[in-house]
Amino acid sequence: MEVREYDAQNYDVIVVGAGHAGSEAALAAARMGNETLLLTINLDMVAFMPCNPSVGGPAKGIVVREIDALGGEMAHNIDKTYVQMRMLNTGKGPAVRALRAQADKHAYHQAMKDTIENQPHLTLRQGTADRLLVEDGACVGIVANTGARYRAKSVVLAAGTASRGKIIIGELMYSSGPNNSQPSNQLSLDLIEHGFKLRRFKTGTPPRVDGTTIDYSVTSEQPGDQEVNHFSYDTPDSVYLKDQISCWLTYTNPTTHKIIRDNLDRAPMFSGVIEGVGPRYCPSIEDKVVRFADKDHHQLFLEPEGRNTEEWYVQGFSTSMPEEVQQKMLHSVVGLEHAQMMRPGYAIEYDVVEPYQLRPTLETKILRNLFTAGQMNGTSGYEEAAGQGLLAGINAGLRAKGEAEPFILKRSDAYIGVMVDDLVTKGTNEPYRLLTSRAEYRLILRHDNADLRLTQRGHELGLISDQRYTKFLAKKAALESELARLNSVRIKPSATVNAFLVEKGATPLKDGVLASEFLRRPEVTYADVCQFIPAPAIELDRRVIEQIEIQLKYAGYIKKAEERVAKLKRMEAKQIPENIDYDAINGLATEAHQKLKKIQPETIAQATRISGVNPADIAILSVYIEQGRIAKVTG
Amino acid sequence: MANTTTEFDTIAAISTPPGEGAISIVRLSGEDALPIAGKIFKGCDLQSVASHTINYGHIIDPENGEVVDEVMVSVLRAPKTYTREEMVEINTHGGIVATNHVLQLLLSHGARLAEPGEYTKRAFLNGRIDLTQAESVMDLIRAKTDRAMQVAVNQLDGNLSRLIKNIRQEILDALAQVEVNIDYPEYDAVETMTTQMLLEKATTVKKQIEQLLATASQGKVLREGLATAIVGRPNVGKSSLLNYLLHEDKAIVTDVAGTTRDVIEEYVNVRDVPLKLIDTAGIRETSDKVEKIGVERSRQAITQADLVLLILDNSEALTDEDRALLTATQAKKRLIILNKTDLPVKLDEVELQQTVAPEDIIAISALTATGVDQLEQRIADLFWGGIDNSQSTTLVSNARQIGLLNQAKQALEDVLAGIKAEMPVDLIQIDMTRSWELLGEITGDAYQDELLNQLFSQFCLGK
Repeated sequence: MEVREYDAQNYDVIVVGAGHAGSEAALAAARMGNETLLLTINLDMVAFMPCNPSVGGPAKGIVVREIDALGGEMAHNIDKTYVQMRMLNTGKGPAVRALRAQADKHAYHQAMKDTIENQPHLTLRQGTADRLLVEDGACVGIVANTGARYRAKSVVLAAGTASRGKIIIGELMYSSGPNNSQPSNQLSLDLIEHGFKLRRFKTGTPPRVDGTTIDYSVTSEQPGDQEVNHFSYDTPDSVYLKDQISCWLTYTNPTTHKIIRDNLDRAPMFSGVIEGVGPRYCPSIEDKVVRFADKDHHQLFLEPEGRNTEEWYVQGFSTSMPEEVQQKMLHSVVGLEHAQMMRPGYAIEYDVVEPYQLRPTLETKILRNLFTAGQMNGTSGYEEAAGQGLLAGINAGLRAKGEAEPFILKRSDAYIGVMVDDLVTKGTNEPYRLLTSRAEYRLILRHDNADLRLTQRGHELGLISDQRYTKFLAKKAALESELARLNSVRIKPSATVNAFLVEKGATPLKDGVLASEFLRRPEVTYADVCQFIPAPAIELDRRVIEQIEIQLKYAGYIKKAEERVAKLKRMEAKQIPENIDYDAINGLATEAHQKLKKIQPETIAQATRISGVNPADIAILSVYIEQGRIAKVTG
Repeated sequence: MANTTTEFDTIAAISTPPGEGAISIVRLSGEDALPIAGKIFKGCDLQSVASHTINYGHIIDPENGEVVDEVMVSVLRAPKTYTREEMVEINTHGGIVATNHVLQLLLSHGARLAEPGEYTKRAFLNGRIDLTQAESVMDLIRAKTDRAMQVAVNQLDGNLSRLIKNIRQEILDALAQVEVNIDYPEYDAVETMTTQMLLEKATTVKKQIEQLLATASQGKVLREGLATAIVGRPNVGKSSLLNYLLHEDKAIVTDVAGTTRDVIEEYVNVRDVPLKLIDTAGIRETSDKVEKIGVERSRQAITQADLVLLILDNSEALTDEDRALLTATQAKKRLIILNKTDLPVKLDEVELQQTVAPEDIIAISALTATGVDQLEQRIADLFWGGIDNSQSTTLVSNARQIGLLNQAKQALEDVLAGIKAEMPVDLIQIDMTRSWELLGEITGDAYQDELLNQLFSQFCLGK
């Protein structure tokens, strides 16, 4: 019997999928005052972590801070539910320091669900979106599998790996979303019907083992930090978790590798069963063993899945080998000789929307008012998903409110901007992961200054409360006044000052210097400077002091980067008209013509980043646009 | 790490046709035109002179303080200029070599070589040219680009591109290692890249770039010609040889004003070796003038020469003058030419062989053209063999390449300065990456995915 459709409620914004992208999108839209529906296949999997139970790390941790500065939820949520916190790269410069937390995955899901439930203007409902409602080239709602027709001014799709998902474990293969959830099998077909190009990607997850059967004594402990750090600028230091859970490090060995090699004929990755493209940076263990045959061991981190469970995640052991082989592989590892496998690892194949079909707002070029976000756009990782979800949710919210000006993050604004620009300009041939090396301005895109970069914009969007904004302005004022003071107070070459310098192994002063100059010396800290100058009028927060040190010590490098950014911004200001007819431009090289037509860059700067578009093509394009502009003005 | 070419760069190019006329113009356009020109100009403060004035002074190579050329510099401030941007026009007098040098200095000090048609493009974009011309501007850009690409490909020597690719790979290995340390801090299968290791790497790479830059002078010889003096006492046959060489129609018939403006230089091409013949006028004049002047001029010519062709009369015994010239040319690369082999031999070749290697003594008859073939072969051998031919075809030859190499060198110096100031490795990395990008601009490969590919092929990374 056919499901009978009926008209359900109307909303301003509908978000499909309540993973890390969908949760952020729905919260942002609702917080901007839009009546929002968040539809998800299974309410028990809101903000669920089907893979590693951790948040942050290099580049990704900075995204979490950016989400926080823009009024998103991920930072708050992990600060409520972490079991371990660790700052990575502490021996390196400020631009690459990275915070990472181990999450209690169940608590993380519950906390996010709770926040969503208590968010005004936001309705959370279980259901599967089967098709889009489309009128005149615009998406005006969705139809759920229950027959409910929901109409809205804008729609965000964040279907994750559920889109025609297929789980593969050795010879076993079945239709499934992540973690054995229901897949979404209809929506992809509907998207194809509307002209969207989809492709198959693949990712995977390792087995989970019973912690009571791990011999930790033969592995090495990886404890959390004593020093206080949180993701959200809002979380007070006082709530820092004392009782943290450690991770444990062990290794594969030649026996493990032999088991894998002996069973390669049963590995779906190599037997040709898996068609999807997997990520290079997240290879399965069988992949690593084949590609790096000369390595006789690989690191494995044992990570807790939560405080109230004995399930442990075996990081580095992602696999789609048959269950039987997975067990043998695990038992060959030191510390896991008697480990009970609780869930086998698996590979999952799913549909993604080719991201060149998107604008920098994450709106699709094919259907107006339709946005896509997260893993569905070809990325990998919770943080990447959340960042896109926030951006798509904001833009869907602005559209619903009839705002003309979209919200765009540039490459020089945020890692989120780098990611989105990469996706829509270059596309991706594998699940996309953010790396610090993808950001050409990483010295500017630091985790310590995400609030300085983005809080203002979050407040303008209505996502940062007045109260928090006031606090932020106070921090900014304190920073600026202290910098000004250090730039005016002088330190004289007194006996104490020079005794201090000699003790540090530095050259003593001959003449007086500005306090700011003094602080620029590599061996000097802000605290040191304060011994020799009067105390500031108000006591400074540790984060303000950190800012002062970074801004002064690395000033030369920061200035150089800012000069490059200023140039880029001028190029970004050069808009390409939306209705430009590339066929009418004489002289573009064939490759450039094809690429420009396909990608439809919005600015000259974006056009320069398309591979195969040369300076001459950019010159011709600029002249053509200027010609059109003059014609309009004079004609 | 995207394409660094932008519309807001200050651009430079030689805007007069190459090789013609005694004056050439190097033109700069963009907001930094004045400060960049100021870095290499001595005479007055260009930034403080009035607009649309022409100023006398010298172009100085800041690296060694050497005067490159005597110039007139026009300062043209925006918006009343061709491109409506700040412009500087440097009028050089020193011929194509000096002009190229001026351009190269500008490119080493912050300007970028103009893309084909870029001045016209800027003029149009800034509203200087009217709409009806837009189509022709686009045609011009495309036409010029196609030709320029052809030229660029031809100019990029195979050895040079291989060498630069090797250097880039070396930098890339270091970069990838640093990136792995940053993006995968817990990955323990790779050594942590320390600033000490970067110091070693930057020092080696910088040395390699300096060596490449040194070959630029050999490239210069190829372009400029090997300065060659034909000397000998009167009536030994200097003009006959000169005429023979010129008469062969191998001559490049351009009269290029030399650095000492009163001397005319003539070019001949001997088996692909361009010879710049010094003071050919002197050779012609002195044949019937007093000897003293002749010898004096010979000495002058010898000092300037890279190669000396000393002619002796085979039909007469060695004179004191001959001996004096033999002594004067001893330190030079030289060939001793025994002319007039068509006449009976009177010269004592044994005496000659005490100071000259036998292969450098060539007997000819300029009159009957016997032995000239042998002479030409010897000149070619000397050039390709004698003048360091270990990398005989690795030649850094144009201003763009030299400019980019100098900038890459500067970036490496910044690396070293950063290490000295105890900056963290990821900041040092910024300048290291910059040098890698600049080198990539020479060979035309500068795309960011290279680094990611390196990362994931070299290291086994993942969760």
